[in-house]
Amino acid sequence: MSEVLDGYEQWLKGAWLTLQLTVYGSGVALVLALVFGLAGTSRHGGVRALNRIYVEFFRGTATLVLLYWFFYALPLVGIKLTSTMVAAVLALGLNVGAYGAEVVRGSIKAVPRAQYEATVALNFTPFQRLRRVLLPQGFALMLPPFGNLLIELMKGTAIVSLVGLVDLTKVSRNLQGSTGETVAAFTVVLVLYFVVAQVLQQFVRLAERRVDRMLGRRPSREPSLGTISAGAPGAGVSS
Amino acid sequence: MEWDWHYTGDIIPDLLRGLRYTVVATLLGYVIAVLLGLVWTLLRRTPNVLVRQAVRWVTEFIRCTPLIPQLFFVYYVMPVWGVTLSSLTAGVITLGVHYSTYTAEVYRAGISDVPRGQWEAATALNLPRSRVWLDVVLPQAVRKVIPTLGNYLIAMFKDSPLLLAIGVTELLSTAQSIGSRTFEYLEPMTMVGVLFIVVSVISSILVRRLERRYATN
Repeated sequence: MSEVLDGYEQWLKGAWLTLQLTVYGSGVALVLALVFGLAGTSRHGGVRALNRIYVEFFRGTATLVLLYWFFYALPLVGIKLTSTMVAAVLALGLNVGAYGAEVVRGSIKAVPRAQYEATVALNFTPFQRLRRVLLPQGFALMLPPFGNLLIELMKGTAIVSLVGLVDLTKVSRNLQGSTGETVAAFTVVLVLYFVVAQVLQQFVRLAERRVDRMLGRRPSREPSLGTISAGAPGAGVSS
Repeated sequence: MEWDWHYTGDIIPDLLRGLRYTVVATLLGYVIAVLLGLVWTLLRRTPNVLVRQAVRWVTEFIRCTPLIPQLFFVYYVMPVWGVTLSSLTAGVITLGVHYSTYTAEVYRAGISDVPRGQWEAATALNLPRSRVWLDVVLPQAVRKVIPTLGNYLIAMFKDSPLLLAIGVTELLSTAQSIGSRTFEYLEPMTMVGVLFIVVSVISSILVRRLERRYATN
């Protein structure tokens, strides 16, 4: 146990990489989710089709498959991603973004129709509609599933250990090899991931409470089947 | 570089063999996930506070940690404790237990969606507890959660490539070993992606059918 803990500098480095991947990956995912999610609510069939293609494609492929494809196949057709880190962030962001896009689409659609009609009556521009009415209300609905996706993404970062990046998972494997303390190495890494997940979860709760207060709502605690299927990996908000 | 159709044709049988492993591992894991998830849910409703809290923490812990270190834990730590598992067995068990913590949430939501009146009616009829669960609550709850459970089958299928971390020769690792033999990665890796999309799209169409069938009573 002690030798594994003596490797704390390695643990810290690994945790830092895991955290970086989580932050960058969720940044990419959030942007993609908003762009393609809003595209899914468009009146134009062509724009909606973009949303469908993106969502079906990147939800259908496993992140690890995508990462391997970036890592092994892309360089052969002449596209070189500058680093494994970029490939990993892209793979994670594209995949989680596809789930996020479904969350955004479903949440915007769930804003009562009268609200939308009111913005038309008030002669809002489409941008004002989104900025002032649809997004703020949709956001309260988006946050809990986004929180789930954030945790999923954080867990998903472990795949980088399979293409040579030294994240938390890789550190545990290295320390197991060098110290022979199998139980300690793999127990410590699981506990570390758990701690990171709890921190992220508290962060999301805080954001949820803020948004609820902003909108003058009382947060509901128990998730219903609807929100669970919305957050389920492999699922989207079916509507 | 050019896409080589001849080479693509040559590697398809190997890839399909890999896909079979992927599918078998997923299905076996799914059986564990569906059954164990129900066990977690029922245990969380026992009167014993200690059991309830323990189950809550264990499932939360499993849900919040990634699959790959969990695979390492089962595959490398169990032998230290005297249980040696093959990589496929370790993979199936880990995948199943991991997803059981998700299905537990689904069952829980399904059970709390059963109208209160149903419980009250069962109590009024003085049914024994076992019959309340088996004949009244579970049939209604399970019916509602079937589509969501179906989604987790797809999710598990997409997590199955991770099993290569402990040396299960599923689809992705088959492609990797073909690639390292021929130094041609483009075709095998792309075909893996294609196979994954084909299987996921077909299964999500099936899940949507299930949804239409069970969503409205």
